[in-house]
Amino acid sequence: MKKTIIPFGPQHPVLPEPLVLDLILDDEKVIDAVPTIGYIHRGLEMMVERVEYTEMGFVVERICGICSFMHGMGYAVSLESIMNVEVPERAKWLRLIWAEISRVQSHLLWLGLGADAFGFENLFMHCWRMREEVLDIFEKTTGGRIIHSVNRIGGVKRDVSDSELAAILARLQELAKAFEETARIFASDPSIAHRLGGVGVLSAADALETAAVGPMARASGIRTDTRLYGANLYDQIEFEPVVETAGDCLARAVVRMREIPQSIDIVRQAIEKMPKGEGLPLENKPRGNPVGETFTRLEQPRGEVLYYVKANGTKYLERFRARTPTFANIPAMIKLVKGCDLADVPNIILTIDPCISCTER
Amino acid sequence: MSFFSKSPWIFHYDASSCNGCDIEVLACLTPFYDLERFGIVNTGNPKHADILLITGSVNERNIEIVQNLYRQMPDPKVVVAVGACACSGGIFARAYNIQGGVDKVVPVDVYVPGCAARPESIIDGVVQGIAALEQKRKKTA
Repeated sequence: MKKTIIPFGPQHPVLPEPLVLDLILDDEKVIDAVPTIGYIHRGLEMMVERVEYTEMGFVVERICGICSFMHGMGYAVSLESIMNVEVPERAKWLRLIWAEISRVQSHLLWLGLGADAFGFENLFMHCWRMREEVLDIFEKTTGGRIIHSVNRIGGVKRDVSDSELAAILARLQELAKAFEETARIFASDPSIAHRLGGVGVLSAADALETAAVGPMARASGIRTDTRLYGANLYDQIEFEPVVETAGDCLARAVVRMREIPQSIDIVRQAIEKMPKGEGLPLENKPRGNPVGETFTRLEQPRGEVLYYVKANGTKYLERFRARTPTFANIPAMIKLVKGCDLADVPNIILTIDPCISCTER
Repeated sequence: MSFFSKSPWIFHYDASSCNGCDIEVLACLTPFYDLERFGIVNTGNPKHADILLITGSVNERNIEIVQNLYRQMPDPKVVVAVGACACSGGIFARAYNIQGGVDKVVPVDVYVPGCAARPESIIDGVVQGIAALEQKRKKTA
């Protein structure tokens, strides 16, 4: 039989981003998927040659608008380790709090997009309405809804007062309560279970072989989380990574749903443990130009992100490299797409939580 | 403008943006901002659309795609460039493969500033786009 080739993207209603896949079909079955990249490539890593290292943080933040805070934090942490800058205690805790809030934001955003992809528009609207609450917290504390620009090399730009932090926590806990209802609907709805259950199963062995990261790997029963290594104060937080064993689209959704209350709990622990008071130091300004190289790892909402920075003593860095979680998850996604039905392709692509602008930079 | 003679359909394309403006475009459609109260519908098909929202600074690979999508839209049509990147290249203007703004590739009617553009300003841009659409329609009629 003659094979059919269906182009998926660059403009496709299911994703706002230009992901391009050529789906090679035999009847309704996908037998191969050939990705093409470059539609969102901005040459961001090369910009270190033209942008000074002090300003590069703002460019790095714009790798992706969904995990913008974490990218800014990763860049700042890398430069701090090269330049041996000690970050004030309170600034570290504030970073951790913002990082976890941005995880809540990202998971709510994903859950909405995922719901839209399988035709549950009501759930999409619900999740995005809850997400506005989180964006409101960001706007109040950092000044920006999407791009925060609150990380500096050596600390953070703004303080959040203790009373404000308590109010934020109360608001997040209310959100967690409201989310419980949504999560209950999601877990008990038979049409969702039918649409996602058993679709796109990634076994634990395959997840290891394709080096999947983040919720993708955790949904296949692999206990992996960069936060477990304890950097950036996570050693003082008690938490256990959410692990599911089914490895299908439903498990990947459930992992992210269970991570939302967990992140809110981490915010609570952080607010309890951080040093209190007004006017505490927030920033130790670095002196001179950086020399040396470093690796930094962070757990982003989508999984492990890795930064490599090499500096040569001038105000321009020699090399900046980011390996983003979606990039690590694409081999697993291609593996899942092969052999599935055409109608399941959007669901499988969305449950890896793709961020193409992270991947292509 | 107190009423619109037609409910305009919008169509969104991400031409190498950082996702920031794109999720704000989507946020416009959700209950908090609710662009649909103006009778505006988001469509995935350029052949159904009146207003093209483009985010991002347009890299070399996207030139053809953007022009292709623009050609597929029926006349009269309006292009709204959303965000600093779409207006002028923004922070990425110094990158090696960036065209520096949507207007280098297709004619733009409304520019929406901001990084990321706020939903309020995107809604304002779309409403201005509707006015531009009305004018174009009168010209062709």
